[in-house]
Amino acid sequence: MHSSGISIWFFIGVLLTIYGAMIFGYGIFELVTGHTANVILANLHAPVWWGGLLLALGLFYGVRFRPGRNG
Amino acid sequence: MNHLGAPASPALLLLGAPSLAHLSALDLAVIALYFVMVIWIGFYLKSRANTSEEFFMAGREMTAWIAGLSFVSANLGALELMGWAGSAYQYGILAAHWYWVGAIPAMLFLGMVMMPFYYVCKTHSVPGYLKLRYGQGASVVAAFSFAFMTVLMSGVNMFAMAKVMQIVLGWDLNFSIIVSSLAVAVYVALGGLRSAIFNEVLQFVLIWGGALLVPILGLVEAGGWTGFKAKLAHNIATGATAQGDYTHLWKSMGHFADNPMGIHWTGIVFGLGFAISFGYWTTDFLVVQRVLAANSLRSARMAPVIGSFFKMAVPFIVILPGLLGLVVLQNSDGSLMHLVGENVATANPGAGLHSYNDVLPLMMVRYLAPGLLGLGITALIAGFMSGMAGNVSAFSAVWTYDIYQPLINKKAKDEHYVAVGRWATILGVVISIGTAYMVMNAAGIMDYVQALFSFFISPLLGVVLMGMFWKRATTAGGFWGLLIGTLTSIVLFLWVHFYPWALRYVALSPDAKAMAEDMYRALWSVSTSILVCFVVSLFGKARPLAELNGLVYGVTKLPAEEPVPFYKNEWFWLVIAVIAFFSLNIYFW
Repeated sequence: MHSSGISIWFFIGVLLTIYGAMIFGYGIFELVTGHTANVILANLHAPVWWGGLLLALGLFYGVRFRPGRNG
Repeated sequence: MNHLGAPASPALLLLGAPSLAHLSALDLAVIALYFVMVIWIGFYLKSRANTSEEFFMAGREMTAWIAGLSFVSANLGALELMGWAGSAYQYGILAAHWYWVGAIPAMLFLGMVMMPFYYVCKTHSVPGYLKLRYGQGASVVAAFSFAFMTVLMSGVNMFAMAKVMQIVLGWDLNFSIIVSSLAVAVYVALGGLRSAIFNEVLQFVLIWGGALLVPILGLVEAGGWTGFKAKLAHNIATGATAQGDYTHLWKSMGHFADNPMGIHWTGIVFGLGFAISFGYWTTDFLVVQRVLAANSLRSARMAPVIGSFFKMAVPFIVILPGLLGLVVLQNSDGSLMHLVGENVATANPGAGLHSYNDVLPLMMVRYLAPGLLGLGITALIAGFMSGMAGNVSAFSAVWTYDIYQPLINKKAKDEHYVAVGRWATILGVVISIGTAYMVMNAAGIMDYVQALFSFFISPLLGVVLMGMFWKRATTAGGFWGLLIGTLTSIVLFLWVHFYPWALRYVALSPDAKAMAEDMYRALWSVSTSILVCFVVSLFGKARPLAELNGLVYGVTKLPAEEPVPFYKNEWFWLVIAVIAFFSLNIYFW
């Protein structure tokens, strides 16, 4: 799966990186401005840590399975 | 911002009907990005779907992990996610039976016992195996029933998904149907099974990324599992929640009348755990096709074992949110929210009632901030699309290999069959859309189509098991076993449908409820097909053993596998899966 063409894990890495960046970015915006969404447990700032987790996973898979690198 | 009962965004240019959720621009960007990605994958993989082996079998290059995740993902429809979350709210943890005893034993049996035969005989499909084992008759019956039931089911799911999007987001039915089915048609027609599998793995990751946060935050709010049980006990004691055992799997299974599902443990173990589950997981080509695409016999055996771990974990994103909904969901005045049946919610449109099936979206709206909500909704859309892609890619393979090639055009070039497969994919989507609109105009059809699908799966299991494990089974035995097993299922369905009192005979108890019917009907059907196959075969002439190599247990030489470290050995992981399976059942006994 890795020797020919792009691995599926690379596509997953790309998507998770973008999603992670968007959600993490929104979370930081919430933290900085204090304008939290009208949801339960907003004080836990889930977008920051969940978005951060998605971003980290995405970067890991994106780099680890990037095209041209043997997985 | 997310608000319960807020109207849909006018920016969507869709229906302005009241909806559960209000999506922000960030949420819409998350959803749009998902569509861009799946189409990109389809276009990228087009160049790798030129031969029939590549288009229909993904070149048989899938690793165990990819085949295993795709195997589970093809089964994870959005309706399943929402429906079982609703069932968990209604019936408690009993709903987890469909994920554990109703899936794990069958998945492990497929991997360790049946997969070698499917894989070694190099069949392209389950009807293809029947052709090798029993000849053309049984294969054609299975191929036609599977092909058309698959696309009809796909249409039913498409309609139901569009309905969900209308209720949750206020989206127009036509918009949901056209956009999602076009996306599936494009990426499967372009990239074939490889594209379907790639997208299923992607969708699987998104389902977890989008849905896992809900039970995590739900448990935090409820005070953990212990806190949840204490709150639930308090609600039951004060009459706020209906009486019932919501947190035990087996304790209330001693009698039909002891549990809200009206099921006895024999129905769960033998009906669900054997007849229905083995029928689905081991003979439904929709899921078996994913494993046939594995790159080696070891990967093909390992894939269902890997899939079983994820299947065991699915209740944490489906059943747990449903259960948590019992204690955390509140009305705007702070009182405990009570969800109701779909018919009650529909009959009282102005009362602000929500149905059981809304529990998962309600939980999402409760906890998920902008961006995260979009990811949660994407998880639902991804679930739907992975199920649909599974349906149309399986339809395309069965249509081309088991109907078109043997009956219409036997000796065409390979490219011709690839072209037929691409057109069959589009045809499958078109029939699905047609079915969706048919169901839209006559909702009663949905029940019939779903029942129709169940008619064929259990008898097929009986015939495949006999063929795989009994050398003596004959061509006539296979054909008549399949046919009479199917007729048994149809007759029992019609009997109970027109004379509801007949359920006491089909399910062997006057206290049985509708859910028990499916299980016992499947059990009768598989028993009949096995019995008929056995009796008819006794009166016929068995095939020479030399012809059964690769098809039947005891006459098949399996290829020797290279020794691997224990942590890469499928038997090691099988043992771990069995331990995990029993541990979960004992913990929640």
